Amino acid sequence: MPVLGIVASQMSGHLFAPSGAYDSIATTTVGSGGSSSITFSSIPSTYTHLQIRMFATINAAAGPILRFNSDTGSNYNGHLLYGEGGSSFGAYSYGSGTSINLSWFGQGYNSATSFAGHVIDIFDYADTNKYKTVRSLQGIDRNGTGMLEFVSGLWRNTAAITSITIPAESSTFVQYSSFALYGIKGGN
Amino acid sequence: MAAGNTYVAIATQTLGSAAATIDFTSIPSTYTDLFIAVNCGPTSSGGQDLRIRFNSDTGTNYSVTILRGVTGGLVLSSRYSTQTFIYLDVSGGVSNALTSSYNVNVMNYANTTTYKTVLSRFGDVGSTNTNAATEAEVGLWRSTAAITSISLSYGSGNIMTGSTASLYGIAAA
Repeated sequence: MPVLGIVASQMSGHLFAPSGAYDSIATTTVGSGGSSSITFSSIPSTYTHLQIRMFATINAAAGPILRFNSDTGSNYNGHLLYGEGGSSFGAYSYGSGTSINLSWFGQGYNSATSFAGHVIDIFDYADTNKYKTVRSLQGIDRNGTGMLEFVSGLWRNTAAITSITIPAESSTFVQYSSFALYGIKGGN
Repeated sequence: MAAGNTYVAIATQTLGSAAATIDFTSIPSTYTDLFIAVNCGPTSSGGQDLRIRFNSDTGTNYSVTILRGVTGGLVLSSRYSTQTFIYLDVSGGVSNALTSSYNVNVMNYANTTTYKTVLSRFGDVGSTNTNAATEAEVGLWRSTAAITSISLSYGSGNIMTGSTASLYGIAAA
């Protein structure tokens, strides 16, 4: 991959992988009946970081959440910075949650055509010496309404992440919602 | 589980002279998402906002919601509906300086069922502190057509010499 004229400190939005270091692991697209939850399981430990790219929407005023290794305990923390246009913005945090909120204010505008984008980075997911850190940029715009969120999250567990579950809270992801998991390798 | 290299450089453009637009055309539909890395500056004084259009559509089919932080500790959020483009920034780049950088994600760009969503980050370190800003944008193109071309431009003036834009395709298993 060519070296680009980008100031390194400004490349904070997403991980940027050299050629051959960014692999597609699995992809799921929701069918006509919708789906209440998406799960990636048997994730290999051979990468350094994971990235999930979501293009999804929910059929109610709910936001997707994130859990690891089927842990539903109060082992998650998170912070969000959001903007809803019209000068409305703010921040929120929570501790001892049972999941990481990928969208505190929900993405459920019940639209069959306007989907939210998410780019979620999960750092050092296989490292058994540290808790797991998540960073996400997500947003949806519907020509008159919309919101944008920066999300950070922590799973207070040193176990390697082998499965990821993304429930639609108490609702369902609509048809054509797609979820792609990628593995990002580190250098030697 | 499938695996393989899926982050592919499609094209890179470096402007040898100032130009009104940077265009990527004949984009293959074989990827899931597109990613564009841009470093550029405007030739016009007073700061110009970079915009993105798809498939040469100049209709009022675009909208964007923005969150940004600017010099002085200000945090702002704004929305622009029924536009003829998506703003990739609203702070404005410094004229004749290559200090504006963008990461642009075009999600599910080839699907023909849904509208298209853009997630973007912008930063400009500025020639002085008064020019510094960081932004994030979520944009919508209200079209179900597959994206086959992308155009970047400023509101007026040109994109300056030395500006670069690289287009990548991200495929899914």
